[in-house]
Amino acid sequence: MMERVVHAIQCIGCPIGCGGEVIVENGTVSEMTGFTCNKGLAYAAEEVVAPKRMVTTTVRVSGGGLALLPVVSVTPVPKDRIFDCLRLLRDVSVAAPIAEGTIVVSDALGLGVDFRAARDIASVQ
Amino acid sequence: MAGSFGAAPLPDSADVVVIGGGVVGCAIARALSRYELSVVVLERSPDVATGTSKANSGILHAGFDAEPGTWKARLNVRGAQLYAELSEGLGIPRKATGSLVVAKDAAQMETVADLRHRGIDNGVPGLEIWSREQVLAHEPNISPDVAGALWAPTGAIVCPFLATVGFAENAIRNGVRIITECDVTGLDVEDRQIVAVRTSGGRIATRFVVNAAGLHSGEIARLAGDDSFTIKPRRGEYILFDRSVGQLVNTVLFPTPDKVSKGILVSPTVHGNVFIGPDATEIDDPEDKETTAGGLAGIIAGARRIMPTLPLGTAITEFAGLRAAAGKDFVIGPSPAARGLVHAAGIQSPGLTSAPAIGEVMVELLQDVGLRLRPKASYVPVNPAKPRFHELDRQSQAELIAADPLFGRVICRCETITEAEIVAAILSPCGARTVDGVKRRVRAGAGRCQGGFCGPRVTAILARELGIPITAVRKDTMKSWLFLSRADLEAGEGVHA
Amino acid sequence: MREMSYDVVTIGGGPAGMAAALAAREAGAERVLIIERDRELGGILQQCIHNGFGLRRFEEELTGPGYAHRYIEMVRATDIDVWLDTTVLAAEPGGVITSVSPHAGMTVVRAKSVVYAMGCRERTRGAIRTPGSRPAGVFTAGAAQRMVNMEGYLPGKEVVIVGSGDIGLIMARRMTFEGAKVKAVFEIMPYSNGLTRNIVQCLEDFGIPLYLGHSVTAIHGKDRVTGITVSQVNDRLEVIEGTAFDVSCDCVLLSVGLIPENELGRAAGLALDPITSGARVDQFRQTSIPGFFAAGNVLHVHDLVDWVSEEAAIAGRSAARHARGELPALGSERSVTAGEGLRTVVPQRLSAFEPGKMSTRFYFRAAKPMGASLLQFWADGVLAFERKLRVVKPSEMIVADIPVRKIGDAQKLEFRVVPAPEKIEAEDEIEEEA
Repeated sequence: MMERVVHAIQCIGCPIGCGGEVIVENGTVSEMTGFTCNKGLAYAAEEVVAPKRMVTTTVRVSGGGLALLPVVSVTPVPKDRIFDCLRLLRDVSVAAPIAEGTIVVSDALGLGVDFRAARDIASVQ
Repeated sequence: MAGSFGAAPLPDSADVVVIGGGVVGCAIARALSRYELSVVVLERSPDVATGTSKANSGILHAGFDAEPGTWKARLNVRGAQLYAELSEGLGIPRKATGSLVVAKDAAQMETVADLRHRGIDNGVPGLEIWSREQVLAHEPNISPDVAGALWAPTGAIVCPFLATVGFAENAIRNGVRIITECDVTGLDVEDRQIVAVRTSGGRIATRFVVNAAGLHSGEIARLAGDDSFTIKPRRGEYILFDRSVGQLVNTVLFPTPDKVSKGILVSPTVHGNVFIGPDATEIDDPEDKETTAGGLAGIIAGARRIMPTLPLGTAITEFAGLRAAAGKDFVIGPSPAARGLVHAAGIQSPGLTSAPAIGEVMVELLQDVGLRLRPKASYVPVNPAKPRFHELDRQSQAELIAADPLFGRVICRCETITEAEIVAAILSPCGARTVDGVKRRVRAGAGRCQGGFCGPRVTAILARELGIPITAVRKDTMKSWLFLSRADLEAGEGVHA
Repeated sequence: MREMSYDVVTIGGGPAGMAAALAAREAGAERVLIIERDRELGGILQQCIHNGFGLRRFEEELTGPGYAHRYIEMVRATDIDVWLDTTVLAAEPGGVITSVSPHAGMTVVRAKSVVYAMGCRERTRGAIRTPGSRPAGVFTAGAAQRMVNMEGYLPGKEVVIVGSGDIGLIMARRMTFEGAKVKAVFEIMPYSNGLTRNIVQCLEDFGIPLYLGHSVTAIHGKDRVTGITVSQVNDRLEVIEGTAFDVSCDCVLLSVGLIPENELGRAAGLALDPITSGARVDQFRQTSIPGFFAAGNVLHVHDLVDWVSEEAAIAGRSAARHARGELPALGSERSVTAGEGLRTVVPQRLSAFEPGKMSTRFYFRAAKPMGASLLQFWADGVLAFERKLRVVKPSEMIVADIPVRKIGDAQKLEFRVVPAPEKIEAEDEIEEEA
């Protein structure tokens, strides 16, 4: 039996914010309308099948000039695992000094997603 | 006895207990502090002046308004004189702006002429009737349809909060203990004589109690079985404008008064702002300080009658104050129900002006009911001066920084308030314990960004100087914690220390 | 009191100040100084831990701190002086800057050129006159963002957000990530001011409702916030009787507008544009005070930091030229007007162009959302230039290069945005300023 679902998707790839439709038949994407660039098409297809988001948050720092280090996922996190990642990161503490780009958590929850430091934090003498 | 300020343990006894840390209670405490007495002030909030004393027009009335022969009339005039003498020494900012009661037609001109006569009866100096031209020359932005005005040169403006702190700090320096976060729950009376005050922090034995409890003074009286008066809270709303429009008005502008209140004013503040208000609405709840859409619209309309070019876009905050109205006059005198209990209640306008005079009178009244007064040799009538960085010239500013580097860190950029001033405000004898307490003492957070920039920084400085965690810092009232930690939130806790 | 001299001084070490200082140094200014009141460079970017920065400037999607890091590294690689924990008290015409810091005391700096780069502040509850009480728990969104992202404290656990601009939307997500319950976002206009991507990834992703055409009419609570009252508004933004409802919460975050922080300029007699609330400038970003330039949020509120960096580079280059006496003196400038469909245009004046200048860049904000549109340049009442725009939103800055030959000697210079006669498939590319 053919199962046909039409998803209305708002693209978040760039500020223009195209809106379009993704038609899924029997679990695979069969048609996409309304999107005007490849980045949008890629986002829309994935959004329907396996939505992902870049995640930014903070982790604790000890011995630094600041209490918190902002971190960012290097690649997007599956949307339904975001809060699990945040819970993991809440228990992470790094020691200053820390350099921008340092991977503070690698392969979070076995998802293949690393989190890296978004800035330097110097240590406080 | 050494003076103190804070949520300290209650002493077992005192010669005099003053209930209420508003401007009246603190002025009374100061007046008593020139004598060899142990004086304790009980205040339910974490700071002084958290009730009517912090939310009023800040006007030192000339004294023409009150009916001759009343406490209001006598104490207004005497109080205005005392402020003129004491303000500088106590560090109370005061400006002799004069005041105008504006008349819009012939009938109002007659009312205003009557006010002048009443003022003369009350002993108010220098009152004049001004013509339309004279008024416009003095106040170019006033409504052009003004007919004339009563000019009262002895009218002035003051910071009501710093007046309270000025009295309180001087009282503390002279040995008074102000106990905060202390709620009065009972008055012990034996053989119709006061013997103790019961509080949330214990019992304090005393034979003399001053009821200066403002909006709650009726409830305090009833604790001794005295129901000779009732307090009906009357709310007044205000809008405060940015200092950049300070040039809009030079003097305090009153409309011609009606039977209920002095009316909606347009006035400068001593800090260079302009405000409009208050209106007058009777309410039931003495803790309801909400401004209302209707109230704010009403004071805008009222103020526009005096000043049509009001720049609403420069409003920086709105607030409401509650008048503790008991009736036509102040309730000042011994309680009919218990010896040793003396009231200073129902102190609505001109209460701020009258406060130091109420202090003088209260000393006499207490003496009348048996308090023995021996002058204190060590009494110091003034407070040490506190430097206000933003008022100084560059050379003086540079010298301050050289002596204390914390004068070199500007925390409140809207008002140019330095970290040294904030620290001093916390560490002084009547020091700030809350973010709003800092704001009211040194203006950090009182400017156009309303603490958006300096709020987190002031919070951190308070935490550091008081030795408490950030999560324990409060905005104003006892339970007004500002922040919670992530751990608290995860544990399902709300915002509390 | 110390006294020092510099060629170019930037007041502010955020993205605008850093880009201006770098451009000034690169353009040959020898002694360049950045004065920053915070303990580190980076300005507001340090608290904007979300990503979306740098797509134009670096062709990468960076976080705010990541973007700041790039510029901080560039500044560190030069001999530009940086004063931290230092506040400017006054900057007077003639280039006399008085500053104070705890470590160096009071310093008077004589600068040949000054760049205002102080950013902006947030509009407050008091400025929009929301009635009610004044309990703890009412914060502007940016102030809350600083506490959450840099100090690690939360402003509440049941949050209501007033205003659907990007700061409010970002904080809706941030508070949700930190474990708070964000109950709703209320926006008084019939459309959101934020980027569509933020509506999706900050509200829709978490099921946070967005109420358009709603105004918060009271805040309640004696110690802490206990709730708000909300009403629907009509198209004149007036409350519709009978639509009020209450929402319980312990925290109200206000995202109701940004105001350029021009107090130093005002004190020096700067001419301000009443709509942007920033300085009136020419294409060199020179203000009405000779030798004083402005760039970034202090000049007009930007939506993308990439444009801030570019604008600040213009100001920095101009500041360097002025320090060498090479910039034409302020004199007969022509005014530029934001006409139909537009709210603001920067620059608001044009000074004489340098010989060989091919085009000049303008930045606009639209007055209301529109579909396919045309950006039009009218010179002395004649349509001289037109550019297609696919969609127009007040929250998104429009940037356009106008060829100098199209401006010519025209005295009356006006821009408009009008509906396009037909749908537009692709926008014209933005040409690099020549």
